[in-house]
Amino acid sequence: MSAPRPFRHRHLLDISGLDPRDIVQVLDTAEVFFEVSRRPVRKVPTLRGKTVINLFYEASTRTRTSFELAGKRLSADVVNISTATSSVKKGETLLDTVRTLEAMRPDVVVVRHPASGAPHFIADRLSCSIVNAGDGLHAHPTQALLDAFIVRRRLGTLSGLTVTICGDVKHSRVARSNAELFQAFGSKVRFVGPRTLLPPNAESLGVEVFDRLAPALEGANVVMVLRIQQERLEGAHLPSLREYSRTFGINERTLAAAPPEAIVMHPGPMNRGVEIDAKVADGPRSVVLDQVEAGVAVRMAILYQLAGEAGTAPAA
Amino acid sequence: MLILRGGRVLDPAGERDEIADVVIEDGRIRSVGRDAGAGIEGERVERIECEGRWVTPGFIDLHVHLREPGQEYKEDIASGLAAAAAGGFTTVCAMPNTKPVNDRRAITEAMMSLGRAARGARLRVFGAVTMGSKGEQLTEMADLADAGAMGVSDDGVCVMNAAVMRRALEYARTFGLLVSQHCEDHHMTRHAPMNEGPVATKLGLHGWPAAAEDVIVARDVILAELTGARYHVAHLSSRGAVRIVREAKSRGLPVTAEVTPHHLLLTDEAVLGYQTFCKVNPPLRSAEDVEAVREALRDGTIDCIATDHAPHSSLEKDCDFDEAAFGINGLEPALAALLELVRDGHLSERRLVETLTSAPARVGHLEGGALRVGALADVAVIDPTLRWTLRAEDMKSKSHNTPWIDRELTGAVTHTLVGGDVVYARAK
Repeated sequence: MSAPRPFRHRHLLDISGLDPRDIVQVLDTAEVFFEVSRRPVRKVPTLRGKTVINLFYEASTRTRTSFELAGKRLSADVVNISTATSSVKKGETLLDTVRTLEAMRPDVVVVRHPASGAPHFIADRLSCSIVNAGDGLHAHPTQALLDAFIVRRRLGTLSGLTVTICGDVKHSRVARSNAELFQAFGSKVRFVGPRTLLPPNAESLGVEVFDRLAPALEGANVVMVLRIQQERLEGAHLPSLREYSRTFGINERTLAAAPPEAIVMHPGPMNRGVEIDAKVADGPRSVVLDQVEAGVAVRMAILYQLAGEAGTAPAA
Repeated sequence: MLILRGGRVLDPAGERDEIADVVIEDGRIRSVGRDAGAGIEGERVERIECEGRWVTPGFIDLHVHLREPGQEYKEDIASGLAAAAAGGFTTVCAMPNTKPVNDRRAITEAMMSLGRAARGARLRVFGAVTMGSKGEQLTEMADLADAGAMGVSDDGVCVMNAAVMRRALEYARTFGLLVSQHCEDHHMTRHAPMNEGPVATKLGLHGWPAAAEDVIVARDVILAELTGARYHVAHLSSRGAVRIVREAKSRGLPVTAEVTPHHLLLTDEAVLGYQTFCKVNPPLRSAEDVEAVREALRDGTIDCIATDHAPHSSLEKDCDFDEAAFGINGLEPALAALLELVRDGHLSERRLVETLTSAPARVGHLEGGALRVGALADVAVIDPTLRWTLRAEDMKSKSHNTPWIDRELTGAVTHTLVGGDVVYARAK
């Protein structure tokens, strides 16, 4: 593999800002770092002297850890800021917080925020690179990229596939970003779930909407299962988790509607027994842990593309 | 004596559209007519040359937020009335969602007193429908009316309880007050900063469905019929609400409606890029809704234009979209924005002036809105072709949160007269 080309973008805010060429470039770079992450010494000097700040306004274990490891394996100095420890609790505005951080001259700020568009707001006002680690209901581009990484490894392509996304699509930035990514490569995307958990204008995203699981799974190459959150019961989105599980839960029986070679993905954390049955989650078609492993490599690729100097990537 | 000489006098209430002079004496209109001012000479006679300009009744706005008392860093009554005058408005009606809420005589009196002391448009006020606009206990509406309130509204929030709304309509009717409703079923709009639709879905923002407006308008029309009160739909924005109001009017019910310049001119696509200056309540809607409110304004289903002037500082707008406050600063850009509708053939010049003058006067039972002999000399002079750019530093409002900021506009108010006094004259 040749050394990756320099990236055309200063920020990674959403998938719609990328074209397929950019995505392939990130995934190719991630292949290099995936290999690095399997070495006995999982560290390269690529971002030595660079500073990465993880600014998390929402609780997160896996994404924050993944970004932190990605930065550290690239030898960047990584600082984590979460709402519990920040001055956000003291009433500081988002604008003041990011200006304060900018004065410390970071190279990359990784942002997770409950408000859709918050990373865009920050990117418009800071001179460093911004990576969106999930904003509101809007976008989670690194999750979509790592999902694409796994799909490409397992199925050999991102084109001509049928990707079925099951569950709480309405509140899912993962679903939006994946829908954009796979459609950009000419794959078909389906949403299935109760209408209370689908965006009211889902068709405007170019996807096909299903009310029943079995036809949605028919012919699917990829089954993405989304987390059902307990708080959805409060907004009258669902009568009970039991009924959700009975009607839209992915288990060995319902999965029989999908082709045997279909893979099952979940962005985590899983509610076993609700949206996904343990036997499927731990079964041979599940790639859930592969997704986690790929997450570090893909985030290394992103940080490298945004902050690295050309030609400093390790050889594959 | 003041003579507005040779302008195009556009006075829909008086069925007048002709080149004429308007002669003003002692704060009232003495005469209107071709060369009515010719030959009048004397030391105390002033003339304003109006050739090429429109001379219209001063505009009347049934819906502004002047933020005083309580949020004077955004606007106060003096700056708000000066901004109104700069926009050609000679009477504005301030909504009661101040801090504290204008739900009692003392606050109404204090506001009216500040209004009289200010130089600019005349101030009228809406009192609250319910104490604290909490939707529970009615305000002392007789007291509010005595102190100068022309109507009641809990604007900013909807009177959600149908029983309370029914009593409010009955009680307000007793004292001749207009009831202006902010039509929003709050259960349907929780956490929703923009219109429900493809743009919200794309941006990952919770949607405020037009249906949440429609269900309240439908309910309230039924209650207006039950009570016979004067019921007014504030900032109507949806095609569903248009249909319901049209049906109510066809049956002769005492229902009226207003629409804002931004709902006439912008769709929810203006929000793309998380533009907080386009975050407003009710939200900017779809192209079909915009088409429907334009048609409704033309055919009289919607009676008048109101700005819903909602000044906010950078603190409320320079932040993420969910966090940002709802509201558009509307008084100063209104006319130029609306003239775009006229140029694009969506609205006649006559109907534009009518919906800014005599129509809101009729809805609010307010003085003004016409250039009749003997009437108060509340007048706007307009240069319909003047090109200018709306700059923050030139604005009379303390806040600048408008999508028209820094935009090149065509058509400007050059003079505003209140009771014959020139309260605004555009700098050259």
